[in-house]
Amino acid sequence: MREVRVKVNGRDYVREVEPRMLLVHFLREELNLTGTMVGCNTSNCGACTVLMDGESVKSCTMFAVQADGREIQNVQGLAENGSWHPMQTAFHEQHGLQCGYCTPGMIMASVSLLKENPNPSEEEIREGLEGNYCRCTGYENIIKAVQQAAGQTG
Amino acid sequence: MTEAPEKYVGGGVPRKEDPALVTGRANWTDNIKLPGMLHMAVLRSPFAHARVTNLDVSAALEQPGVVAAFTADDLSDDWVAPMPCAWPVTEDIKMPDHWPLAKGEVNFMGDAVAVVIADGRYTAQDALEFIEVDYEPLDVVVDMEEAIKDDAPLVHEDLGTNSSYVWPLEVGDVDGAFEQADVVIKERYIQQRLIPNAIEPRAVVANPDPTNDGITLYTATQVPHIVRLMISAVTGIPDQRVRAVAPDVGGGFGSKLNIYAEEILATNIARRLGVPIKWVEDRSENYMATIHGRDQIQDIELAATSDGRILGMRTNLLADMGAYMQLVTPGIPVLGAFMYCGVYQFDAYSFTCTGVFTNKTPTDAYRGAGRPEAAYAIERIVDSLARELDMDPVEVRRKNFYEPFDEPTTTPAGIQYDSLNLPIVLDRVLEMANYDALREEQKRRREENDPVQIGIGLSTYTEICGLAPSQVLASLRYGAPGWESATVRMFGSGKVEVVTGTSPHGQGHVTSWSQIAADALGVTPDDVEVLHGDTATSPHGLDTYGSRSLPVGGVAVHLAAQKVQDKAKKIAAHMLEASEDDLEFEGGQFSVAGSPDQSVTIQDVAAAAFGGINIPEDMEPGLTADTFYDPPNFVFPFGAHICVVEVDTETGKTGVRDYFGVDDCGPVINPIIVDGQVHGGIAQGIAQALYEEAIYDEDGTLVTGSMVDYMIPGAPELPNYTLDRTVTPSPTNVMGVKGIGEAGTIGSPPAVINAVIDALSPFGVTHIDMPASPMRVWDAIQNARDGGEA
Repeated sequence: MREVRVKVNGRDYVREVEPRMLLVHFLREELNLTGTMVGCNTSNCGACTVLMDGESVKSCTMFAVQADGREIQNVQGLAENGSWHPMQTAFHEQHGLQCGYCTPGMIMASVSLLKENPNPSEEEIREGLEGNYCRCTGYENIIKAVQQAAGQTG
Repeated sequence: MTEAPEKYVGGGVPRKEDPALVTGRANWTDNIKLPGMLHMAVLRSPFAHARVTNLDVSAALEQPGVVAAFTADDLSDDWVAPMPCAWPVTEDIKMPDHWPLAKGEVNFMGDAVAVVIADGRYTAQDALEFIEVDYEPLDVVVDMEEAIKDDAPLVHEDLGTNSSYVWPLEVGDVDGAFEQADVVIKERYIQQRLIPNAIEPRAVVANPDPTNDGITLYTATQVPHIVRLMISAVTGIPDQRVRAVAPDVGGGFGSKLNIYAEEILATNIARRLGVPIKWVEDRSENYMATIHGRDQIQDIELAATSDGRILGMRTNLLADMGAYMQLVTPGIPVLGAFMYCGVYQFDAYSFTCTGVFTNKTPTDAYRGAGRPEAAYAIERIVDSLARELDMDPVEVRRKNFYEPFDEPTTTPAGIQYDSLNLPIVLDRVLEMANYDALREEQKRRREENDPVQIGIGLSTYTEICGLAPSQVLASLRYGAPGWESATVRMFGSGKVEVVTGTSPHGQGHVTSWSQIAADALGVTPDDVEVLHGDTATSPHGLDTYGSRSLPVGGVAVHLAAQKVQDKAKKIAAHMLEASEDDLEFEGGQFSVAGSPDQSVTIQDVAAAAFGGINIPEDMEPGLTADTFYDPPNFVFPFGAHICVVEVDTETGKTGVRDYFGVDDCGPVINPIIVDGQVHGGIAQGIAQALYEEAIYDEDGTLVTGSMVDYMIPGAPELPNYTLDRTVTPSPTNVMGVKGIGEAGTIGSPPAVINAVIDALSPFGVTHIDMPASPMRVWDAIQNARDGGEA
């Protein structure tokens, strides 16, 4: 067992875990942060996307011990003082989700995308989200949501 | 009390489902943790066909954290029947027994052999390695045409053949039509095998109920009511002791319209051990052990006159069942039988489908389920007819359309379309796409020998949905009825609870059903709560598939809400000491016609109904109504799509540049949701046309065994969708509504492939199979240039 010290959504945690425990299972099962889910186990679908020290990572192909000493944010840590993050509002207003299973990962990837490129073109948004699959929406409304969150007319 | 509104139906009410989903507070099955819960892992066959000559779980039992392990021998006593197929399409259909764990023989890669129960998902998975199995490989058959040859290896020796059934249909003088024809087109299309890929894998938690020896099954399913019935049928637990719950479900697309081995096994083992059992599928298991879609070989012949009028059609299908029959496996291609004539009026049609066993994952419903295959075939061959006669594909279609109608009209396949108006959707889509300008651009690029050519592809479709009239289903040997139920309750507070038998997994029923109930009762959608997906709260239902939820379940909600309104009116008349006939209901108020100050609100009425005092003497208290709605016919949405592709003729790379769709699903409850359904449907159709294919090698190994190998399109691969709608009400139901969940998936694959062929036609290319990958496109160009068969 190895000790992991990690700050998640602004709160400090210390846990003893098996070195092989995946970060996504650490979040879901050790910390009960079930807003981040597993979709594919191979880093393709992005349902498990979270931010580590502000950059998007796929938590299904990282070990919890690799997050030792780092800061993690998942979709449950996005809202501040009870107000949704603009990206959450945009996904809702643009109907950028249907079943919602890819949504937490898609939102985190989109937040990360705008952090790196605050005013992306449509093509840059599409390329930037290529690691996140949505099977329901056909992506158009997701793109519009990111544009809305970027302050562009959606 | 919120201000009582005008009308919500037809408005873009923002989804009530979203707040939990965008904040990570949804309740997925994999979130469920119960005290004492153990985890199940499944050992699966790495062989496509083998005899299991030795199976020993004892070493697995020695592993840390392992509590138990089971084989078919251990659990057989818990099964009173094999897993059911609810659609035995012919009387003499051949079907193997399908047990939750293999009994001595495995028949596809992924067939379940044994299970381990342990204290964690990792420990359970680890212990699988310690199960000893000896497999004696048997001959494998993966190709349908090989499978039906006399000397083919048999998937199921005891059936004596790989041909499960032959389902024929013939209407009109088909041979006569072909004899009269000036032109006969004969083509073969391949419907490649697809993997549905709901982003949430399947998951199950079975919680035994010690008070009645029953079970509560939380399961990522589209069909909790069917799951309850089938769990009861296989395990013998009486159905009143089975509670099936579909928590939030992350997509289905047909793949969760089933009862699976793991649901049975978790139930059996939870009852044996007296603790909750959880199983969560990983993606590679999903690719092997959750159903696949499509996989048909379509031989199509079309007879026509020299001026492009269709006289008759012959359809001959081979449909791959895979190794077993799942819930409705044999019925999927048969459902398509009624749609091969498409939107064209002619008199002679024959259809034959042979269901074939192979050593592959079973097929079953995947978005569209039989109808995308049909629409593809007719729309491809109509384009071929246009090419043969050197006509514009628009003109050939117009020549054969039905005259618009709004009353049921009999088709060559012997069913009744409810209402169609193809000319308006076609005109509109041509206008939106600026068709003539596109043809100009195409002409220019061809003249300039531009390496990037454009193709313009058309599809005009209808489809059968809204499953369904129980009588018709019974006549097709479908093993379940097709009604839907709803309960609408108005509490003393004036707030409303709607109980539905549909089971949404992304379609937004909570929002749409709230809109329907709100309009009938003069409240806001926020005043309405919708309960679904739990057989304890919604005991009667037939769930969500086949674009049935609105035209059957939504109509049931409307009818139940109307009954509540009717009773409320009686109470209001009593309260106002007026005649019921003199009352008007508007904006949540009952008022006496001509004297608007004599009025009561529906909330006043609800309070009176709850109080039980100020109501008519012979009336029961309460404001609640139940409905079972069994529709008289299916519904038939229709539309016209135009796809514009760009093909790099030097590399074969093909992409969708623009996509235009005009769909008609009757009156729309929520346009935001309907557009979203069409977007997603078109995306899945483009995915079939250009990207996706499940590939097996000759040993029956699934080569595309994970998302690494199976090409799901992401945001860069898909276009924006330019959409519009027309509104042709259905005469089938009082709301005039039709389903829309599958329409995009049905209309789009032929539009895309017709566009690819159109782009390549200057090279002489007349055919390409799906998916039209860069390699396939490049090969088609080279072959055509070499003068070979394209």
